[in-house]
Amino acid sequence: MTRRIEVNSTADALDDVMAFVDGSLKGMDASRKSVLQLELAVEEIFVNIANYAYHTEGGKVWISCDVDAEDRSVAITFMDTGPEFDPLAAPDPDVTLPADQRRIGGLGIFLVKTNVDNMSYKRIDGYNVLTIEKNLARYTQR
Amino acid sequence: MEIKDTEEEGKTVVYLSGRLDTKTAPELEAHIKAGGIGDNGLILDLSDLEYVSSAGLRVILATHKMMVNRGGFILRNAQDTVMEVLNATGFADVLNIQ
Repeated sequence: MTRRIEVNSTADALDDVMAFVDGSLKGMDASRKSVLQLELAVEEIFVNIANYAYHTEGGKVWISCDVDAEDRSVAITFMDTGPEFDPLAAPDPDVTLPADQRRIGGLGIFLVKTNVDNMSYKRIDGYNVLTIEKNLARYTQR
Repeated sequence: MEIKDTEEEGKTVVYLSGRLDTKTAPELEAHIKAGGIGDNGLILDLSDLEYVSSAGLRVILATHKMMVNRGGFILRNAQDTVMEVLNATGFADVLNIQ
């Protein structure tokens, strides 16, 4: 089953996005931990788009959620029409630095990678198309 | 998210419950900056915190830096899901976690 939502690219829309995702998982018997991991990935991706995709002008974000109830897996796709940006192209942050040299930039996308089973990016007809996939019967071991 | 302050042996203990995320991280940041945190150290108790995102990590790191010369900063009682985020990001290696 596929559900879709269109929201403004502002951090304020995060509640609507989370409600949309959680609503899509109803009846899936997903493990609590796997749902928290998915929510983390969704928050980091959406906030990243809200902060950077359209700069200060704002714009729309289109999100679709494909659920396979039998397999207990989910695929969520985020689309925006901001400038081309492949979050997978950025290097992972150095997670071994001492505290005083730490920066938070890049940690969000890194957390997405470590909390989903697959993440892919494509630029299609002027859209950034970012898809995450996760099986919710188990949780991703880190 | 709920924030509750107590004191233990001169240290300020801040209990967090719920979710430390993009929406709530500014509340914690404001709470810590508003004063009331002594110079004898700060303990952030995460017993009832279910979720932390990078926005929350940012405030935790800033708090750690702020408390370096003010008696130190301890994170304690992190649940599995929160601990995994601290581990994955290497925060577990640079913070004092109990």
